[in-house]
Amino acid sequence: MSNLPTIPRFKLPTIVAAITSRLPQWPHAVALVTALNAAAKLRLLPEDSLAQLEGRHFFVRVNDTGGEARFTYRNGLFRPLFAASGTPDLSFSANLSAFLQLLARQEDPDTLFFNRELSIEGDTELGLIVKNMLDAIELPHLPDLPAFRR
Amino acid sequence: MASQKIPELVCPAGSLPALKAAVDNGADTVYLGYRNDTNARNFAGLNFDPKSMAEGIRYAQARGRHVLMAINTFAQPGRLADWQRAVDGAADAGIDAVILADVALLDYASKRYPNLRLHLSVQGSATNYEAVNFAHREFGVRRAVLPRVLTLAQVEHVIKNTPVEIEVFGFGSLCVMNEGRCWLSSYATGESPNTVGACSPAKYVKWEKSPGSMSTRLNGILIDRFNDDEPAGYPTLCKGRYEVNGETYYAIEEPTSLNVLEILPEIVRIGVSAIKVEGRQRSPTYVTQVTRTLRAALDSFARDRERFSVKPAWQAELAKVSEGSQATLGAYNRPWR
Repeated sequence: MSNLPTIPRFKLPTIVAAITSRLPQWPHAVALVTALNAAAKLRLLPEDSLAQLEGRHFFVRVNDTGGEARFTYRNGLFRPLFAASGTPDLSFSANLSAFLQLLARQEDPDTLFFNRELSIEGDTELGLIVKNMLDAIELPHLPDLPAFRR
Repeated sequence: MASQKIPELVCPAGSLPALKAAVDNGADTVYLGYRNDTNARNFAGLNFDPKSMAEGIRYAQARGRHVLMAINTFAQPGRLADWQRAVDGAADAGIDAVILADVALLDYASKRYPNLRLHLSVQGSATNYEAVNFAHREFGVRRAVLPRVLTLAQVEHVIKNTPVEIEVFGFGSLCVMNEGRCWLSSYATGESPNTVGACSPAKYVKWEKSPGSMSTRLNGILIDRFNDDEPAGYPTLCKGRYEVNGETYYAIEEPTSLNVLEILPEIVRIGVSAIKVEGRQRSPTYVTQVTRTLRAALDSFARDRERFSVKPAWQAELAKVSEGSQATLGAYNRPWR
């Protein structure tokens, strides 16, 4: 973990969000569901937790880039939602640096929540299921991959 | 005095990656629980099924570390068998010790598995040596975790009067210090740690954002409202702000975490056997950060007891992950008892 570069806490200039929010938002949703489906396919996401996401509407907002993604999980696949209709069941919002720190396991979600860098709204229990599902993912260690074995 | 042993570092694991993080970063022991209400961190998606538990136990024990299983809630009416099954599972899985609070379970475990090592959970509320010695005499308890209500002098008094190993909390989110007896969560939700294994269960929690602030509601009851520049805490009643005599403030406790680094030499001197880190509900990242920091502090103390000093970097790392972004010595250094 200490060999990885450290992601600093930063906030992009507000102009970035002003521009990005005028662009189409569907590429974010497509990229996100592609990554989630890849993780599910590798069986990194526990099936009992996945079952609890069925039909729920998720919303992720990157505050300082203005990027937004809406998606759902149905019949074994994460799917982007293009029509922004209805209130999401669960919303996460944070600046880009906080999302990157979370994904790199550099910061703990509760820490970011206590520091007010991460907001969670909607169905809190669903949020906990998602958080704990992501925490339970075992990131592969490079030396464990077959190509690195001797 | 200099010969006192360095306490065992006991770290939390809510998932397999968290367990590995604890082991890889220097925990002597990890504690975990099943995915049900037999333990006090029964949150959605957290904890271990039998398969991940077997792998976790293998991972830790292969590296010479110990694994403890928390079965620290109280058996509910008509469901004693569920809790007994958890004890059976622990014994079958080759766990190093079980952490129990309920006397019915202590009785069951001591009779059924005389070789299974028993620890008295903090939820057992043993605050004096008579209570600890009772658990030792009746059930053969080998270690007791003391509630966070005692001063350091009181902890020392317990240690001097019992053959049972004493474990104390060293770091983590601070409970209102009424372990095993707190029903505040039930007051708002009808559910509390001792009954369903969770304080302020997530299904009752709502965070509502409005311009400039965030409100926390527990089963509809407004318990706190944070301005955007104020650190937040867990949505528990004990850490809410209330109107008392026309003033609104933290009337019971602030969102804060316990941190004993400052008194580490004293903790070792009085003969504490183990230091526990709270936080099975937190991510592998937290476990890494806290385990690494406490390991560094304990190793530094072991190398040179006379010249030990707390490094600012350790305190900064621990303050960052603390609830409400602040830490306290809690009851340990209280002048009153």
